[in-house]
Amino acid sequence: MTSTSIDVASKVEAPSIAPSRGYWGPVFRRLSRDPVALIAGIILLCILAMALFSPWLAPMDPYKTSMINRLQPIGTPGHWLGTDELGRDMLSRLIYGARLSLLIGVMPIVNAFVIGSAIGIVAGFVGGKTNTVCMRIIDVFYAFPAVLLAIALAGALGAGIVNSLFSLTVVFIPPIARVAESVTTQVRSVDYIEAARASGAGSLKIIRCHVLGNVLSPIFVYATSLVSVSMILASGLSFLGLGARPPMPEWGLMLNTLRDAIYVNPWITILPGVMIFTVSICFNTLSDGLRSAMDVKL
Amino acid sequence: MNTYFLKRILYVIPITLAVSFFCFSLVHLSPGDPMDAVVSPDAPSEVVAMVQRAYGFDRPLPEQFGLWVSRAVQGDLGMSAANGRAVTTEVFGALKNTLLLAIAASMIGFSLGCTFGVLAGYYQGSLLDRLVTGFAVGGVSVPHYWLGMLLVIIFSVELNWLPSSGAGPGSSSDWNFEWSYLRHLILPAVTLSVIPMGVVTRTVRAMVADVLAHEFVEALRAKGLAERRIFLHVIKNVAPTALAVMGLQLGYLLGGSILVETVFSWPGTGLLLNNAIFQRDLPILQGTILILALFFVALNLMVDLIQARLDPRIQRG
Repeated sequence: MTSTSIDVASKVEAPSIAPSRGYWGPVFRRLSRDPVALIAGIILLCILAMALFSPWLAPMDPYKTSMINRLQPIGTPGHWLGTDELGRDMLSRLIYGARLSLLIGVMPIVNAFVIGSAIGIVAGFVGGKTNTVCMRIIDVFYAFPAVLLAIALAGALGAGIVNSLFSLTVVFIPPIARVAESVTTQVRSVDYIEAARASGAGSLKIIRCHVLGNVLSPIFVYATSLVSVSMILASGLSFLGLGARPPMPEWGLMLNTLRDAIYVNPWITILPGVMIFTVSICFNTLSDGLRSAMDVKL
Repeated sequence: MNTYFLKRILYVIPITLAVSFFCFSLVHLSPGDPMDAVVSPDAPSEVVAMVQRAYGFDRPLPEQFGLWVSRAVQGDLGMSAANGRAVTTEVFGALKNTLLLAIAASMIGFSLGCTFGVLAGYYQGSLLDRLVTGFAVGGVSVPHYWLGMLLVIIFSVELNWLPSSGAGPGSSSDWNFEWSYLRHLILPAVTLSVIPMGVVTRTVRAMVADVLAHEFVEALRAKGLAERRIFLHVIKNVAPTALAVMGLQLGYLLGGSILVETVFSWPGTGLLLNNAIFQRDLPILQGTILILALFFVALNLMVDLIQARLDPRIQRG
């Protein structure tokens, strides 16, 4: 389920470039020479715009039901992508669905990035017993396959968006913390950190000025590679009925409620999945591009 | 038996304890009294007290945990709150089906993944490489529950070739090696195989490309070794990592099949777990997760031991 990089994430080379003004320029230049990543990025921006401006883009009210217009096929005048099992306009629901689906898919990674990096950097920088304790606790979470852990937590806590966000955050903290720890451990033993310490810099200052700049980009690239898994899992939780609640427009939930119509109007039912797939594949492609543009080896 | 193996085996003990503790606390994480799932809220208070004693809910938490673990070791994980059957019977009955599905899916996924990965690694930068890489990215990005629905639409609804749900004719959940049963396995197994296929392809491709760039390959060529023999050297170097990845993927399939099992109503642990969640059947939830996680821990151990055997560098840390 999860990509292998979670497990093969031990060998990380410390990048030699510090994020000064000149760091992002070359990265973007290299990224713009990668047409596949560029297209993925543009598609993602379009979907983001869809989420932000959905009230203006959606042709109809995504909640307005119509019993006589149920399950209209794709291409029906007025409902270009057909209607769902309650006669709601599919196009409008797909557009509005971007809001919730992106939120519940991306937020866990943002949370886990902040919390996981903090744990990993502190553990890696302090070392010794603190490191051992942190990493052993993290190991326990590795005893569960990601999907199982997410479903166990969400299932025990009960359905709801907040619970689903929480469960997914818990799922993604361990892998990010592990990467953060291994990069920080490598950076810690570099000569200029020694030099900074010798010239009297405190731990906090060293972390802020010297460590963060060197470890954040590999952790960031790694986190972006997890977004696609997170999107699939978040919508999967909704698909199981553990995330968003009806009648909210959310892609995973839409797949679930449309499943009963599979014999009536099969091609309508797959549309929300096309959206999840598109976002997920674009994030993966962009992350691969970012990885080579930032020259991060994970 | 050297220290690496011993250490790695002993490390399973604390992990197992911690995993059990996590599963135990799941019941207490869930909102409301864990008793609610067992007795109806309007039951007389004597009944509640009696059930509480029977389940041990009247004792302090650490004692409850100890009791639960000691029972679990003896193979008693309690009774299902929904139908009163033993949790172990239910879980192991379902686990059989999940294992069948996971093994079928991994055979498809691993064989395709290895073939694609080796081809793409050998012909790096070619059209074939690009096709395979794109296919693999698609494999790791696809929401598999959606892919399952798509396959059902194509092969069951439109073409009417294969059944869309269940594990066999009628509603039987016992499995036989006959075509009437195999037909039911095809769609879920293919659906589930896509992710390991993608992951294995990506790993093997990267590894093969990496090994081919080593100087020793050049030296072997210079020596005049046949391409077929060089290939054996490459495989030998790729195998430990590839095996490790495949082992983990098999574990992910066992735990991760819940969504696909739900789509195909496959009577495995995933469907059991799904039903348990919606019936608030906490003993089943707890038991299924514990057994799946322990399975995963054992699989991890095996992978590490085999990998260390194949690649002695690991033993030296």
